[in-house]
Amino acid sequence: MTIARATTSRRSFLGHSYSLVGIVAALVILAWTLVAILAPYIIPHSIGDIVDDDYFGPMRQGLWLGSDYLGRDMLSRVLMGARYTVGISLASVAIACFSGVVLGMIAAVTGGWLDICLSRFLDAMNSIPSKLFGLVVVAAVGSSIPALILTLAVIYIPGAYRFARALAVNINTMDFMTVARVRGESTVYLIGSEILPNIIRPVLADFGLRFVFIVLLLSGLSFLGLGLQPPLADWGALVRENIGGLPFAAPAVIVPSLAIASLTISVNLLIDNLPQKIRDRDA
Amino acid sequence: MTNLVEVRNLRIEATTDAGRVVEIIKGVSLDIADGEIVALIGESGSGKTTVALSLMGHARSGCRITGGEINVNGKNMAALSEKQRARLRGTDIAYVPQSAAASFNPSSTIMEQVIEVTRIHRLMPSEQARKRAVELFRALSLPDPEGIGARYPHQVSGGQLQRLSAAMALIGDPKLVIFDEPTTALDVTTQIDVLKAFKSVMRAGGIAGVYVSHDLAVVAQIADHIVVLKGGQVQETGTTTQILSAAQHPYTLELLAAFEPKPRQAHADADAGAKPLLRIDNVTAGYGALRDDGLPLIRAVDSVSLVVEKGRNLGVIGESGCGKSTLARVIAGIHPAAAGDIIFDGKQLERAAGKRSQDQLREMQIVFQYADTALNPAKAIEDIISRPLAFYHRLDQQARSKRVDELLDMVRLPRALRYRRPSELSGGQKQRVNFARALAAGPKLIICDEITSALDAVVAAAVIELLKELQRELGLSYIFISHDLSVVEAICDQIMVMYNGERVEQITPDKLQAPTHPYSKLLFSSVPKLDPTWLDSLVRDPELVSQYGHR
Repeated sequence: MTIARATTSRRSFLGHSYSLVGIVAALVILAWTLVAILAPYIIPHSIGDIVDDDYFGPMRQGLWLGSDYLGRDMLSRVLMGARYTVGISLASVAIACFSGVVLGMIAAVTGGWLDICLSRFLDAMNSIPSKLFGLVVVAAVGSSIPALILTLAVIYIPGAYRFARALAVNINTMDFMTVARVRGESTVYLIGSEILPNIIRPVLADFGLRFVFIVLLLSGLSFLGLGLQPPLADWGALVRENIGGLPFAAPAVIVPSLAIASLTISVNLLIDNLPQKIRDRDA
Repeated sequence: MTNLVEVRNLRIEATTDAGRVVEIIKGVSLDIADGEIVALIGESGSGKTTVALSLMGHARSGCRITGGEINVNGKNMAALSEKQRARLRGTDIAYVPQSAAASFNPSSTIMEQVIEVTRIHRLMPSEQARKRAVELFRALSLPDPEGIGARYPHQVSGGQLQRLSAAMALIGDPKLVIFDEPTTALDVTTQIDVLKAFKSVMRAGGIAGVYVSHDLAVVAQIADHIVVLKGGQVQETGTTTQILSAAQHPYTLELLAAFEPKPRQAHADADAGAKPLLRIDNVTAGYGALRDDGLPLIRAVDSVSLVVEKGRNLGVIGESGCGKSTLARVIAGIHPAAAGDIIFDGKQLERAAGKRSQDQLREMQIVFQYADTALNPAKAIEDIISRPLAFYHRLDQQARSKRVDELLDMVRLPRALRYRRPSELSGGQKQRVNFARALAAGPKLIICDEITSALDAVVAAAVIELLKELQRELGLSYIFISHDLSVVEAICDQIMVMYNGERVEQITPDKLQAPTHPYSKLLFSSVPKLDPTWLDSLVRDPELVSQYGHR
């Protein structure tokens, strides 16, 4: 461990040490987050306006990322797409992780019948293929943003539940849990104050990983036409609608793909390079 | 070269998370002659294991041998390449770890693992190795020496496994064997057999040994020389008799003092209104499926009755597996009893803690053996201690903070520790925090489950002193569960001996010399004494041993 640390470049600040890769990844994520928030104010053209005479136009002044299959400004569409991709994914992953982790901790602390029922039910949910599940839901209730968020969240709750339960079961066997129980503490205190602080780091890492899965699944659903409906488009939908530009090497198909890649890879790298607390007694 | 081992000015450094370099061994020198056993003794963190491992040229991850010479059998281990060292390990130098149970591979037979060394170093054909192993099993007085090799590690007892790991170390005919606290995890009655076996084998083979231990009494039985270590430096070196009878260094004297029987303070109010605080009648508890009569299949505690009087202490003593910890958990309601009554402060208690009232829970606190797992590693000391204050006494922020300071003073910890995390404290400090949390509830009875077992002798003695003082000030009662007789003797007014889930005897400390029950006799006579001739002159009734010992 010490050898690995000596070779990667790390700097310390506020009692934590950071790696360069982690900092760069965090900056990329921060940039996309800002874009998602500010998109309506910074896009040069409305996303529906046809501004180019040609379709799949090249990059040039005024149309920095070229134009799409209808001659609309690609830069504006990618910037607005960030909003949907990041926003929807973030909302779903928050719901999925929150419910999954809370249920997982409750199951671990309570045990018995509740644990068995919850675990079997969520295992059953887990066995449904995610794209198929998305397809069925969209067919049943139609495609709207709230429906998408909930569908994606439901798909990823079992995974988050399993992960948190496995961590919490280990903590649950520690003596301090017994001490708290004999003190007469409620389940809410047990999971919130005794277990959560001990599993929060892996849970946050899992949060990031699951965010990536959801971005990819959302892009996949949009690519299949099950996601956002035109003229709104997230990155997956942008790839799909401009797939015809592939033979012309149009930036319109490459740019949204790069956007997806840059976000997901950055999140992965950040998780692998989270700041580490320096546990040095005397320093 | 006159000595088998000559260590000169050994220095070992460790690198911390922040990249800071700390010297953990600061110029240690020692000699071991052929066939001599040298003990390294000191508290945890004194560097005794680090020094012992360095004799094999090994430094644990994050550590580095930075200076000095380690001459073993004419070779400087520090200068050899890893490959050359590997050739010597197992043949010239062998190692017996602290926990044999964790060091055996559960999925292959004992014989396979014992003769593995001969296969790796191509010492002898496998048939011959097996014969040699059986000879060693016999020499180590293991039962059924012909057949024990065919068993798996989980099929033999802890004491047997420890002797088997010695057989594993001895099969390559080493010149030097390193024993790393090999009997620390064993019961006293088992420890004697293991020590006797080690001693006779080492003496018969003329093998030199390094015996790492924190227990001076154990070391006195087996070592020729003693090296006292503290903070990575040698404090004192001498023959065993010199160290025991004419120690010079203050630290050695402190270690010896921890073994002195402590004078018990007699209670002034000898029998003035000794009201029972806790009474337990015929409590039975256990594990496994319930049988028809409502009792569990395996009974860990079998109709035990006891009484604890106000302001008095009850010691519960017995070896591992006798049910003493289960008894503690039954009283605290963690493991509900299957039958029997628990009467606390005049009121019958529910068997399960979940059904007891908050006040009942508050008045009876339990302190666990391992402070490492009993304190939440993610919380600051301040939060850990102040939780019972908020929960039971509903104190506000300011009052809590003030009370935390008082509690830290009470357990003799610096107030500044409140902002630290448990991982930043030493073992003794953690145990004090653990105790402060119990005190914070304002209990009448504290159940101490082996609270000094994980501590060094000097630290444990200080914790016991603290408990006595707090008792005088606060009028507490303790139930003190331990396998260590001297600890129980120091603090308890009544001692209950448990064996196999049953209470075999209850006596007072002044009658310890004359127990009536045969098991108590065996148990008390098995506690090692500082006298180096104790083990050799110890005569145990073979009938008693076969009846109660776990061989």
